[in-house]
Amino acid sequence: MKQDYVLHLADTHLILGQRLGEWCGHNFVLEQDIAMSNIALDLFGQCRSLYQYAAELGGNTQTEDQLAFLRGERQYKNHLLVEQPNGDFAFTLARQFFFDVYHQLLCEELVKCSDKQLQAIAEKSLKEVRYHLTWSSEWMIRLGDGTTESHDRLQTAVNELWMWTHELTTTASYEKALDVPKPANFRTAWQAKVRAILNEATLEIPADGTQQAGGKEGIHTEHLGYILSEMQMMQRTFPGMTW
Amino acid sequence: MVTTEQIWKLLGDVADPEIPVLSVLDLGIVRDVTVTGERVRITITPTYSGCPAMNTIEADIREKVQALATVDVVTQLSPAWTTDWLTESGKQKLKEYGIAPPVEGGTGMFENPKVSCPRCESANTKMLAQFGSTACKSMYQCQDCFEPFDHFKCHR
Repeated sequence: MKQDYVLHLADTHLILGQRLGEWCGHNFVLEQDIAMSNIALDLFGQCRSLYQYAAELGGNTQTEDQLAFLRGERQYKNHLLVEQPNGDFAFTLARQFFFDVYHQLLCEELVKCSDKQLQAIAEKSLKEVRYHLTWSSEWMIRLGDGTTESHDRLQTAVNELWMWTHELTTTASYEKALDVPKPANFRTAWQAKVRAILNEATLEIPADGTQQAGGKEGIHTEHLGYILSEMQMMQRTFPGMTW
Repeated sequence: MVTTEQIWKLLGDVADPEIPVLSVLDLGIVRDVTVTGERVRITITPTYSGCPAMNTIEADIREKVQALATVDVVTQLSPAWTTDWLTESGKQKLKEYGIAPPVEGGTGMFENPKVSCPRCESANTKMLAQFGSTACKSMYQCQDCFEPFDHFKCHR
């Protein structure tokens, strides 16, 4: 049960990191290429601590690498939001911003939970997440309140991603059963922070229409399979390889 | 019989692979050294979660100490590392190396810390990017001598 929860956290970090990593060398300006690679690196570092802990909870029958590289799509418990394709910069940015707001709230709650290891990982992550949220909030405002082109592109991204955001603040079965933060409890705080930044960015808050969820329980969109096939290809072709 | 003093002294010679002027002691990442017979347990804490230098640092510590004793290097996450643990001599070495030591404040949106140029001391500098070549740095440029330089971010 606890392993499911820790894997959910680890998978979300890993898949978002992998998505950000796809930008490496392709960004519109070098400084932002470096910024996004740095954020990806923080997420990979955080997910390593989480996978190591998940391996320990599973009695070390699988290593951190086996958990990351040898599980199938249905075993992944990441949010649907983070597996959505990068699209243009606006799309990647809006996805990151929605996630960062959630991530900070999560870490602020996790440092208070009864599990010492999760506390320690969250305490360390929180300092890094603050940089991520500052970066994504600034860019939301800069582009939302920028040119007509940047405003429209970002508004489109916000509208299209909105249906994946509800899942960030849903509580899964394994979260209900454990002494860990219940994401549904910080839905109001998530909405308030997102609204404040969208307002400042002169962006409209989309209407709450259809919302999609399922990732936390292993039911994914078609995109995850492609990410895994690229990310896991080396370990599956040459099992146990290192470099 | 190896002593903790000997081990601490050796650790002073283990450099950060990314910023070689700093030792692991200057960085403040060695949290504890205990000696039990011929076995040494060294507890280190990562700077940033994803810092790729940590694996190299662990290997370097092992290599340095293994001539004297059997080494266990243990990673401890809490309390989380902070730049407050950088030593004063470490900050001085950073500056001489051309990296501005951590400056507090300026962490809100559209703000940045007021960092002086490590080359000409001018306070007239500009942040170019919040993120730099490693997780612990951000990029600045001096507006008087035009030197581009790194700022070692204040991490708390």
